[in-house]
Amino acid sequence: MAIGPGTILYVVRRLLQAVPIVVGIVVLNFLLLQLAPGDAATVLAGEAGGAPPEYVAQLRERFGLDRPMHVQLLLYVKNVLTLDLGYSFRNSMPVSELIFGRLGPTLLLMGTTLIVSVLSGVLLGLVAATAVNTWRDRVISVAAVIAYATPLFWIGLMLILLFSIKLDWLPTTGMEDVVAFNEGWDRVLDIARHLVLPTLTLSLFYMALYTRMMRAAMLDQRGMDYVVTARSKGLAERLITYRHVLRNAVLPVVTMAGVQVGSLLGGSVIVESVFAWPGLGQLAFQSLFARDFNLLLGIFFLSACLVVLVNLIVDLVYLVLDPRIKLG
Amino acid sequence: MQQPFWRRFVRNRPAAFGLAFLAFVVVLALGAPLLFPGDPFRIVDMTFLPPFGAYLFGTDSLGRDIAAGIAHGGRTSLMVGLVASIVAVSIGTLLGAVAGFYRGWIDDALMRFTEFFQTIPTFLFAIVLVAIMSPSRGSIIVAIAVISWPPIARLVRGEFMAMREREFVQAAICLGMTDLAIIFRQILPNVLSPIIVAGSLMVATAILIEAALAFLGLGDSNAMSWGFMIGAGRSFLRDAWWLCAIPGIAILLTVLSINLVGEGVNDALNPRLRTL
Repeated sequence: MAIGPGTILYVVRRLLQAVPIVVGIVVLNFLLLQLAPGDAATVLAGEAGGAPPEYVAQLRERFGLDRPMHVQLLLYVKNVLTLDLGYSFRNSMPVSELIFGRLGPTLLLMGTTLIVSVLSGVLLGLVAATAVNTWRDRVISVAAVIAYATPLFWIGLMLILLFSIKLDWLPTTGMEDVVAFNEGWDRVLDIARHLVLPTLTLSLFYMALYTRMMRAAMLDQRGMDYVVTARSKGLAERLITYRHVLRNAVLPVVTMAGVQVGSLLGGSVIVESVFAWPGLGQLAFQSLFARDFNLLLGIFFLSACLVVLVNLIVDLVYLVLDPRIKLG
Repeated sequence: MQQPFWRRFVRNRPAAFGLAFLAFVVVLALGAPLLFPGDPFRIVDMTFLPPFGAYLFGTDSLGRDIAAGIAHGGRTSLMVGLVASIVAVSIGTLLGAVAGFYRGWIDDALMRFTEFFQTIPTFLFAIVLVAIMSPSRGSIIVAIAVISWPPIARLVRGEFMAMREREFVQAAICLGMTDLAIIFRQILPNVLSPIIVAGSLMVATAILIEAALAFLGLGDSNAMSWGFMIGAGRSFLRDAWWLCAIPGIAILLTVLSINLVGEGVNDALNPRLRTL
């Protein structure tokens, strides 16, 4: 792909399209805040967070809670868009700082999950489609149907039971062994060991989804004209499958992987609370218990922005993968 | 000659298995007050009795009968899953029908609205909704419905756009039928089958979401549920694996059988579109 003025224009246009969505998310957050029981100032201060009354009074002032609704909304939008998300007294930290500190582990978990699930889904779908209606296809398809119906949090617990408690192969919780004070490669290895079970848990559902999509896409593509052409000019079946069909069949899987980022974030809330993985999801889980709604809404806002950003990146990746896409 | 719907459905063995198991779960859930009378939260015996002893599935950390919990929890799961799906399908059908029938700016606006709901992280949104409305059956149903309707809206919109150009619709317009009558009496009956398939598959997803919410402590505290049982049992995983394992298997098999039935219905309704 050549980076010409067309590409830059496309990126700018996509960025502009994201603006109303982000504003929409802020407005939604504002509405949710109104829905919460009690006065918005106490919610903003973290309901059971024991915020000092001076802070609550200051919040009332800053968010204009005694002013008309539309002024409140505008003030809220202004505060949120400048990333002023308030202060969490439970955690004695500004909400935005708290969230950005937890972003790393979540992105690590989501990233490895995305890679593992797409690669294994594509591979399994390919194996199933090239051996359609044989035992290999049946085993893969049945496994995918079962994995598709398995609750994430339950399979996480069962994996802990098997690999950590019974076999004692892998650590149960956390992201690293903090008391070991590992450094350099030892630390990387330690984190990788802790990453295995959460990634496996979160990947399972998406692996099943991508396997089924990949299999269907491969079978779909097999009947296309270009395959007939390739066959009639005497190309070997293997070459047709790997050079031609595979490349076209991967596209819907990549699209789906992009669409699923929001749901991946939701899944990581569950997985992180099962494995005590110190990311955004666990923070959300903790804020639920502390009834710190403001923190929860902050996580929701930044997660939604993250999804918008990732969708943008996926669109750009797509541009590289499929040169047929016209920048219009 | 096409075989009747029912014959085509039961010839599909996974679908027939799914239907049989689902019927079993429904009977168990409906019969829970008779089979396991009394409150499922009540303490019946010593704590941590293993399964297949005096109690079919043993007892939990407080000495509650797990089998009774499974039966009563099934009521919650099925009820929440079913009602939330009906609400979501109704919202999705209404918005999709209006968008697909009227096209133009209404369609644009509604589709922007739908895309917005598809962009935000849905499960997190459900958590926020339930937490803010405080957990109850009603709030859980509302939250699941609010995050589930967009795919239905897109599906129905597509079907309506295709139907809009058909001759029978044009004829109905010429006859001066009202838009409302055309949408509900002419087009809707013709696009019902994909809606039914998508709706039945949605029940499975809704049950999974309900279980996940209950696992995170966002369940209705007055109603026994499978997700709650797993959440309550997770601290005792090391010594009493069955507290978590059994409710999880119940969720897995129920969701699996609903998916199999949904796909069976799909194959039976569209015999020509059968996936390979």
